[in-house]
Amino acid sequence: MDIDKRKFLKLVGVSGALWVGSRLAGGLSSVFNIRDRFDKQALADAGYEVGTMVPDPGELKAKQWAMAIDVRQFKTPEDYTRCIQACDKIHNIPDITTQQDIKWIWEEPYSAAFPEQHNQYMEAALKSTPILLLCNQCEFPPCVRVCPTGATFKRQDGIVMMDYHRCIGCRYCMAACPYGSRSFNFKDPRPYIKKIDPAYPTRTKGVVEKCDFCAERLDQGLMPACVEASKGALIFGDLRDPDSDVRKVLSTNFSIRRKPELGTQPNVFYIL
Amino acid sequence: MIEKAFYGSKKYWIWVAFLLAFLGVCFHFYLLQLREGLTITGMSRNVSWGLYIAQFTYLVGVAASAVMLVIPYYLHHYKAFSRMMILGEFMAIAAVSMCMLFIFVDLGQPMRVMNVILYPQLHSVMFWDMSVLSGYLVLNLLIGWTTLEAERKDAPPPSWVKPLIYLSVVWAISIHTVTAFLYAGLPGRPYWLSAIMAARFLAGAFCSGPAILLLLVFFVQKFVKYRVGDEAIKALSKIVAYAMSANVFFLLLEIFTAFYSRIPDDMNAFRYLFVGLDGHTALVPAMWVSAGLSIVSLALLIPPQFRDNTKLLTIALVSLVVATWIDKGFSLIAAGFVPNPFDRVSVYLPTFPEVMIALGVYTIGLLILTILWKVALSVKEKSIA
Repeated sequence: MDIDKRKFLKLVGVSGALWVGSRLAGGLSSVFNIRDRFDKQALADAGYEVGTMVPDPGELKAKQWAMAIDVRQFKTPEDYTRCIQACDKIHNIPDITTQQDIKWIWEEPYSAAFPEQHNQYMEAALKSTPILLLCNQCEFPPCVRVCPTGATFKRQDGIVMMDYHRCIGCRYCMAACPYGSRSFNFKDPRPYIKKIDPAYPTRTKGVVEKCDFCAERLDQGLMPACVEASKGALIFGDLRDPDSDVRKVLSTNFSIRRKPELGTQPNVFYIL
Repeated sequence: MIEKAFYGSKKYWIWVAFLLAFLGVCFHFYLLQLREGLTITGMSRNVSWGLYIAQFTYLVGVAASAVMLVIPYYLHHYKAFSRMMILGEFMAIAAVSMCMLFIFVDLGQPMRVMNVILYPQLHSVMFWDMSVLSGYLVLNLLIGWTTLEAERKDAPPPSWVKPLIYLSVVWAISIHTVTAFLYAGLPGRPYWLSAIMAARFLAGAFCSGPAILLLLVFFVQKFVKYRVGDEAIKALSKIVAYAMSANVFFLLLEIFTAFYSRIPDDMNAFRYLFVGLDGHTALVPAMWVSAGLSIVSLALLIPPQFRDNTKLLTIALVSLVVATWIDKGFSLIAAGFVPNPFDRVSVYLPTFPEVMIALGVYTIGLLILTILWKVALSVKEKSIA
């Protein structure tokens, strides 16, 4: 009996070790990007046609996308809502009115947008001007650094993206973001979407989301929705290209960024 | 050895049945959360972590505190702890299990939890926290179970356990250090962005963990013949006294830096906690209770004549556990999000379902502890007889 028990335990131990080993190998393989090949093979085995994504010939490319927000051009409430609604509509942003709301681009008073850079004696007009806020698409994004699954990541063109299918909903990125730019789907957002646009995926409950500079539109050769709706108040372009529109306005106007002292290098600039 | 858990007195079975029944009630609320999402909690866009993550943090400390027995016993051959060791190690197992469950119930997409292993991100502190916590669980299971089994057979523990024990010392420190790094490395949260966070966590752990252990021992001794011995209790309460002193000292260091420098970012969270900020005073009474109980616990723990009196010691330990729980098991997380990036205060209070889910995790922890201690005490009582 005793020998049997020992044998049994050995068997359990060996198979356990094998299992752990295979999981470890799986984990390591993804580090070296081998996983991708396995996934393609699996798709092919399942009878799917495995092709390669062919980029749109008209896609907009940049080394580092950036936005300048010309606050001076925002005069009426419609100037703001135009931009916000353009985004909300095409990205299926739910209209949740509680503290568990979803925001990609929204407005805040100057004092909330720049808590460190305001004082009670400043120019009244500026003080009362709302400021448009969105993800800063940081060059050194803390959210990407902390994400335990790689569900949020930085693209070659500097856009900080979300993989809604990989996100486990731990919300570490929300704790890490110094700009409050991230929202969590505390509940199923679909009942709160006024009109679902089938061109963009709706999200499920339990994942984090945020502005992605309309990466899907750039890929089709279109400017971000808010930029298009802004009538020139939002200037978008490649920060590494000295001749780009965004560089031109930045080199000729006074601009500030949110919480520059944190070293995240935001790519959204505010012209005051 | 596990069979010892299946033979017990009527009281034992009533206790187990009670735990299981209550767990059933709590599980109902978890199903609700699974269906509706984390919307059933009090968390929000601004306070995106709450009770669950706070319990996780507190319990990592409880788990790490086993090292306060391991160091004296194995490194300094302090034999008085021999009858306490296994209880501490098994409590660590229950605590780590609860830590993992608290992370799990906090996830928005729990069925994707394996993504942390499938797509490991070496730059994420959370990946490392998961690794050290699972490692610590395995270490304690191996060490605790093997040494207990050896005792049952009246044989010395196998030689391969020794290196694991030494490893567990470093490992225990690491689990709470890495847990502190979860918070202390975030740029936009001034209350957490502090180099002393890990040290504060460890000091808090080394007083609250042994305090909970002692209270549990006092409770269990009412029902069993097994005694851990007066010397062990005295020694451990001395450790609690030192650790609590360090814990309070570290907190005062934080307060000095914030309030002498007068940097608003550093002061705001403390203001929110102790006097209220922008008219929000929800946590103020709790924080003063915490401060008051900290003083009570120190006043009763530091003078030996009070500390060695079991009744006063019990009061001191209960005060200490409540005080440290309010500080680390609740306000640390809630205040970390105050003020938010827009310089506003968002008040967080857990909801009833959220509390029930948290109690459910605690119930599972108690169940694990009950079973492990039942096994340990049965073996111990037999080896004495």
